[in-house]
Amino acid sequence: MSDHGNLTNPVPAALADRRRKSSSIFDAFRPGRKGVLLPALDVPAADPEALFGALHRAEVEGEVEASEVDAIRHFTRLSQKNMSIDANLYPLGSCTMKYNPRINEELARLPGFADVHPYTPEHLSQGALELLARLEEALVALTGFARVTLQPSAGANGELTACLMIRAAHVKAGAPRKYVLVPDSAHGTNPASAHFAGYAVQELASNPRGTLDLGELEKKMTDEVAAVMITVPNTLGVFEENILEVTKIVHAKGGYVYLDGANFNAFVGKVRPADLGADAMHMNLHKTFSTPHGGGGPGSGPVGVAPALVPFLPVPTVEGADDGWRLEFDRPDSIGRMRTFYGNYGVLVRALTYIHSYGNEIAEVAETSVLNANYLRKKLAPFYHLKYDAPSYHEVVFDDKLQAAKGVHNIDVAKRLMDYGFHPPTMSFPLIVPGALMIEPTESEPVEELDAFADAMIAIAKEAEESPELVTSAPHVTPVGRIDEALLAREASKPGSFAPVLRAPVRRS
Amino acid sequence: MSSYPDDRFYSKSHEWVRVEGDIATIGITDHAQKELGDVVFVELPDAGEIFDEGQEFGTIESVKAVSELFLPVAGEIVESNKGLADEPGAVNEDPHGDGWLVKVKVTSDGAADGLMNAAAYEAFVEEEAKA
Amino acid sequence: MRYIPNSPAEQAALLREVGVAAVDDLFATVPREVFRKDPPPLAPPMSEIELRRALGAMAVKNAAATCFASFLGAGLYGHHSPAFVSQLLLRGEFLTSYTPYQPEVSQGTLTAIWEFQSHIALLTGLDVANASMYEGATAFVEAVLMAERLTKKRTKVVVSRTIHPEYLATLKTYLAYLGLEVAEVAAGADGVTSAAALAAAVDETTFAVAVQSPNVFGLVEDWTVASEAAHAHGALAIGVVNEAFSLALLTPPGAAGIDIACGEAASFGVPASFGGPLIGFLSCRDAFKRQIPGRLAGRLETPDGPVFALTLSTREQHIRREKATSNICSNQGLIALMATMTLTALGKHGLRETALQCLSKSEYLKTGVKALDNGKFAVAFPGATFNEFALRCGPPVAEVLAALEKAQILGGVPFARLAPGAGEHEDLLLVATTERVRREDLDRYLDVLKGF
Repeated sequence: MSDHGNLTNPVPAALADRRRKSSSIFDAFRPGRKGVLLPALDVPAADPEALFGALHRAEVEGEVEASEVDAIRHFTRLSQKNMSIDANLYPLGSCTMKYNPRINEELARLPGFADVHPYTPEHLSQGALELLARLEEALVALTGFARVTLQPSAGANGELTACLMIRAAHVKAGAPRKYVLVPDSAHGTNPASAHFAGYAVQELASNPRGTLDLGELEKKMTDEVAAVMITVPNTLGVFEENILEVTKIVHAKGGYVYLDGANFNAFVGKVRPADLGADAMHMNLHKTFSTPHGGGGPGSGPVGVAPALVPFLPVPTVEGADDGWRLEFDRPDSIGRMRTFYGNYGVLVRALTYIHSYGNEIAEVAETSVLNANYLRKKLAPFYHLKYDAPSYHEVVFDDKLQAAKGVHNIDVAKRLMDYGFHPPTMSFPLIVPGALMIEPTESEPVEELDAFADAMIAIAKEAEESPELVTSAPHVTPVGRIDEALLAREASKPGSFAPVLRAPVRRS
Repeated sequence: MSSYPDDRFYSKSHEWVRVEGDIATIGITDHAQKELGDVVFVELPDAGEIFDEGQEFGTIESVKAVSELFLPVAGEIVESNKGLADEPGAVNEDPHGDGWLVKVKVTSDGAADGLMNAAAYEAFVEEEAKA
Repeated sequence: MRYIPNSPAEQAALLREVGVAAVDDLFATVPREVFRKDPPPLAPPMSEIELRRALGAMAVKNAAATCFASFLGAGLYGHHSPAFVSQLLLRGEFLTSYTPYQPEVSQGTLTAIWEFQSHIALLTGLDVANASMYEGATAFVEAVLMAERLTKKRTKVVVSRTIHPEYLATLKTYLAYLGLEVAEVAAGADGVTSAAALAAAVDETTFAVAVQSPNVFGLVEDWTVASEAAHAHGALAIGVVNEAFSLALLTPPGAAGIDIACGEAASFGVPASFGGPLIGFLSCRDAFKRQIPGRLAGRLETPDGPVFALTLSTREQHIRREKATSNICSNQGLIALMATMTLTALGKHGLRETALQCLSKSEYLKTGVKALDNGKFAVAFPGATFNEFALRCGPPVAEVLAALEKAQILGGVPFARLAPGAGEHEDLLLVATTERVRREDLDRYLDVLKGF
């Protein structure tokens, strides 16, 4: 860690640079090295030039040349430049950054799961198929839906899967309809998913409580509307109190209700989404069910559906019982495949492990996540503005209104928070809260970590009052200083900006 | 003192238009560039494309936002500001000058109808801030 | 309370602080008629001991490739993964971080993503690659949708039927309601896309032409067949690759006129894991980068060295919403890292050496099949292959596989499994070899075939 301010560095600059400077392996590899030893070739060597003629490629120019030690050092050092849940509370709202249990990792790596090819004959992969059936069963138990498809690769992919199923159902009933209604507080993926299912998106304005406005919904819910996409609790962390009326209004016009399950962690085990009148909901296994976020993925977005949508599930489904599991492709109304094979299987193994870890006590997850969020809300409310003050569930959305008076914005609070050792909250949405600071602590945090986070936020609020420049120039003690993302975007827009570094590798003099 | 030059008109979607003969030069206002933040990319139409008054003719992007650009007058694009490809920051630094976006051959007579003069636009911006 | 750190006393203290008597008071806005008082119908919580037992019992019922000599491929190939990769991947800083929205505390992830992009760009011979897609088939869909945006107001994509059937099926699912037509061009009798048939299918309404190499039969295709057909009518050429090791020995798509390359990169050390998570990739010419879907890491030179951050974000759903280039939000971060680590260790030399071993073993097996004198088996197509070929079986494929299974061999993927119910090529078995199989496995395979 270095200081970007004025502290003196006791290590000579040239040597300090070695630790400090960020670099990619493309900047500094050494010709002639390699990091993998293969067994000696035990068959006659083929001649690719003779076999491929003009289509033969002699080398991948510019590729890395590095030893195993080089690789270990490089990636270990890279890892040290990341913040992670393992080290600190990571309150990225809407992302549910909870602890990722290591037993999940161990079991997903069993050769009987990890080293099994998806085209292994069914009689030699009964356990793999059984796991799919068991996870579907567990998710059905938690959601109350008729069936669950495990195929979607991530939450957004689950949304699209559901939109396609809803469209197929309308088509089958006579007409696809034209519109999907999406609240103005929704995740950006909702309108994007509806669009890629061929629907035009109409926005629903939220009421002053930040929840759905029934009058607005009744006005816009015509028989041209295919579905309404709702997040529960919504992106403000507020439960739609009128959800039962909402689903009634939509169903009365022949529309479907899609629930965005990104916030399932707030009510898992407490409420079954099917009981709310939802016709479909995706679940982010990497949120509610603890599978690792891995620096951006892989996710997994199973979708539960009500009986009306079951015929349209993607193929294949897993059918059978203990005397034999099989993949079923013969589903004439299916929307088809959403990807190759059966889903992000390794993620599914982890999720089932997690569900078994809590079993029938899983409601404690929701209870504790809601309690922790409310605890932070209570502590921070005197210092940060809360645009919508309806009761919070798993997250609370403050904003920078009080700090903005001193020229300190949410992004500055976020960057300063890094100096205190915490990852910043979410800021890019909800769009109805300008300057948002969306905080989701999850159930994984011990009270002392919640207190430390609250203390940091309060300290920053005071700094914003007394020495705003300290906040607006943050971060000060991270691996690199504040990055000029505007300059990067301008550079990236120019021709040739993404060429890998093909410069001469570093040579020892 | 008004920061908005008197030699042109302004639209409610925060574009300005300066008409010389049958050629109108169009850009976004100082207020608009401040709201956007650092401009990183501007997508503009090719010469020869024809637009109606009020039609979207391009987009302007900051790091974390995209805004549509609306043509305050109907006409045919005669030139786009090519310099913005390399220096999109000109929109921030000199929105009323070097940061212009397109030049249009005006096809309708009442080119400046429904647009505001500098004083009216300034009042409009103040009004918007209060709302 | 398995992973909830606070003690019951601490929980009670938090409740007092918040000012409620019971935790259910925090759920007061949930309609009472749906609020559940009873626990969900799941088994009681399991300890690690019980979890190992329960999940372990399922794992042992599957044929791991470590217990068999595996010749399974057809889009997913079992290559070696260096031991350090799976271990480094468990570092919490990689495993338990998220999308690097905040670059100052995510330089590790961002540098690795940029390196992944660079590897893919070099391998495919194109300028820009994104931070990864879910897997090969969805990467293909995104490439097609991207081409549609880049060529205004065209409605038809021409695809060769030598593309993996699951990729084509996936494409049809996503395109079902977008008013776009998928025109399929049948393979020639030689199993390769016919240049004439492909060119004939392309017209002024075509926005993209897509071929795969090596194709679903393992045959090497010439990318220029697609690029010439496409460019003749102002369309874009898409190259699909799902055995990424082939890029070490074959002309990269970018050098043969392909505009967008896409596919599956799981060959670089990603475990098969019953089909996922995998690692899709997408790369393209520089001029098209503003239409790339998904995350993109950029590099900025500073006096303190290069720094990395996500960039050109205005393409994405969190900003452009329904006008975004894709609805995709996540990338395959950890899997991209896995591939990047493997590629780093392999490097330029390991890539070529591994590819040559795959090729040599496949050629050995093909030669052996051709030398069989029982007249029951043949290499189905004459063209050049990389590490997979179609074996034409006289006896029913199921019987052949059963005989191989008795010899502890997973003998290949029946073509019929790729498109169940289609009734095509029911006598073909796709046989893939990687550096993991030994000569004795190949000989045993041939011995079983001799027994028919």
